[in-house]
Amino acid sequence: MATKIFARPSARLKAEHLLEMFWLMLLSRRVDERAWALHRQGKIAFHISGMGHEGAQVGAAFAINRGVDYVHPYYRDLALVLALGITPTDFMMSLFGKKDEYSSKARQMPSHFGSKKLNIVSGSSPVATQVPQAAGLAFAIKYKQQAGLVNPDDSTQPRLALTCLGEGSTSQGEWHEGMNWAGVHQLPFICLVENNLYAISVPQEGQMAVSNVADRAAAYGVKGIWVDGNDVLAVYDAVYEAAQRAYRGEGPTLVEAKTYRVVPHSSDDDDRSYRSREEVEEWKKKDPILRFEKYLMDEGILTPERLDEYETRARAEVDRAQHAAEAAPYPAETDALDEVYAD
Amino acid sequence: MTVLTLIDAIKQAMDEELERDPRVFITGEDVGKRGGVFRATQGLYDKYGGTRIVDSPLAELSIVATGIGAALADLRPICEIQFADFIHPAFNQIVNEAAKMHYRSGGQWRVPLVIRAPYGGGISGALYHSQSVEAFFTHVPGLKVVIPSTPYDAKGLLKSAVRDPNPVLYFEPKKGYRAIKGEVPPGDYTVPIGPARVAREGRDLTAFAYGMMAHYTVLAAEQVAREDGLDVEVIDLRTLLPVDKTAILTSVQKTGKALIVHEDNLTMGYGAEVAAVLADDGFAYLDAPVRRLAGPDVPAVPFAHTMQEFFMPNPDKIAAAMRDLAEY
Ligand SMILES: Cc1ncc(C[n+]2csc(CCOP(=O)(O)OP(=O)(O)O)c2C)c(N)n1
Ligand SMILES: [Mg+2]
Repeated sequence: MATKIFARPSARLKAEHLLEMFWLMLLSRRVDERAWALHRQGKIAFHISGMGHEGAQVGAAFAINRGVDYVHPYYRDLALVLALGITPTDFMMSLFGKKDEYSSKARQMPSHFGSKKLNIVSGSSPVATQVPQAAGLAFAIKYKQQAGLVNPDDSTQPRLALTCLGEGSTSQGEWHEGMNWAGVHQLPFICLVENNLYAISVPQEGQMAVSNVADRAAAYGVKGIWVDGNDVLAVYDAVYEAAQRAYRGEGPTLVEAKTYRVVPHSSDDDDRSYRSREEVEEWKKKDPILRFEKYLMDEGILTPERLDEYETRARAEVDRAQHAAEAAPYPAETDALDEVYAD
Repeated sequence: MTVLTLIDAIKQAMDEELERDPRVFITGEDVGKRGGVFRATQGLYDKYGGTRIVDSPLAELSIVATGIGAALADLRPICEIQFADFIHPAFNQIVNEAAKMHYRSGGQWRVPLVIRAPYGGGISGALYHSQSVEAFFTHVPGLKVVIPSTPYDAKGLLKSAVRDPNPVLYFEPKKGYRAIKGEVPPGDYTVPIGPARVAREGRDLTAFAYGMMAHYTVLAAEQVAREDGLDVEVIDLRTLLPVDKTAILTSVQKTGKALIVHEDNLTMGYGAEVAAVLADDGFAYLDAPVRRLAGPDVPAVPFAHTMQEFFMPNPDKIAAAMRDLAEY
């Protein structure tokens, strides 16, 4: 048994990395909570949240070459993109729709992440469209390696494409076609399915007749694995193995992280009509942040003093981000006309 | 100069672009060993191999979507949709994704993608092998839409499309693949995306067309010149999006009359936009109502020979429309 534990890739993570992971999960949660508060105060038009998914997202981010490998995320991936280098101020700018907002110059709704310099591909609202595009990114990686345009071992270049979506979105044909391409060409591709049991109100049973999305991977010639998505290190381990397979040219992996969204689907949703308060409360006890906090405390890596320090720092960062975004100007009306075409 | 068919000019353009830039690759159904069902990629698999001439799964959405992904990663994909009729599964990826990527990322991400598709009727292809789909896409800012009618333009425009940093839809009039021949210089040249071409100069009226209908419209203009002494100017629009308003207005300023010909059905077709450009900015030039000759408003081209001929504009019908307008 002991050997198995030591074989876990996360066992090699240094204390400073574990603490950075924890910090990013906590920061994401505090940014997210502020966004809900701003919405309640009528200061912002819309928020869609990642609360509950932070473990899955930060675990995945740390397992790839952050800021270098391609990531094509979805709207719930706040903690993921913070781990890739997006800042709380960037995100606040998008909540308020301010001039030169980082992802879209305030053309898109918030949480439509994207940054060329971090190799985060700009996403749209129609679900699952990113999956076959990520297969195309992975195809390009393999193509460039085969054509001698890049060195396969050059870690300054993207060596895999990671894309994320919810379990409900795997009902889309886009998901099927993307998975199929990844399988046919055995691409350096990772599909992270953040299974939170609901697609707005529709439970998983209404989307598929199998208990695990991961079971469907085999049909595409893709390796499928599911993990406890509220265990950040379990997700890290799974995505790490997937990434190493991708880097070695051994093909695509689907990682299903089983998790839960502890808040309504978005600021426009009321989840009381489709799930019980008891169910939500049960899941709140399995919160990935509390769980990691306990683990790190038990291991003596995190101390109450340091936790306080993190909370203070998170609050200050969120305040600063909010103030910066509130103070920033709106785009000019005619900015709507720019960048329809690339020159 | 060599005389090439339309399809050979298209193939030559791809061959030269593959040769020029290692980032260029082709994907689509049966494009590999088979060389495409119309043989547009014939011989390219043998020359460049399966890494660059890639048979795709039978799934148009992902042909386009993986093309988008590869373009985001700075490759230069040429995606072939076997028939334009089968582009609809990819509509979401073209309209919501490729067209909007540059805009939605504040100019950070670009999609240098070419989508080639044979379109049009008159080949007994019936409802699902005859469609003209250009109007769906000319409504979408962020896309460019190109339809050549001569081998010279086919080669030059396709090269421009491959080198363009934006998604370009390149529709090929398949009835003209072998029927249309013309001189094509060997080696590199481009025809810019944007400007229309004066295919025939004239003074009495202007006929606007593109693709197979541009070819027919020139034939019709020659016919009415011979038989009726009419001097028709023919504008081959060749780039449908962006719209070449200057070419439309300049010609009608001279002739005072406009006929628009397309085989796509009439209502909300491309001709409506040409007519609107003239109504907005060329009203003072007009000596007659703007006329449109187009396919009838039925779901698509029917199979039986009689009904197909009824659907399709042809040189005789175009000549009749020219005479009619000239008399106004
Ligand atoms: C093509 C499309 N149809 C419908 C919607 C509206 N919509 C947005 S999110 C969503 C549910 C997605 O659920 P899931 O994939 O499980 O992801 P989750 O939100 O639970 O993380 C729906 C129906 C959409 N964005 N795109
Ligand atoms: Mg879900």
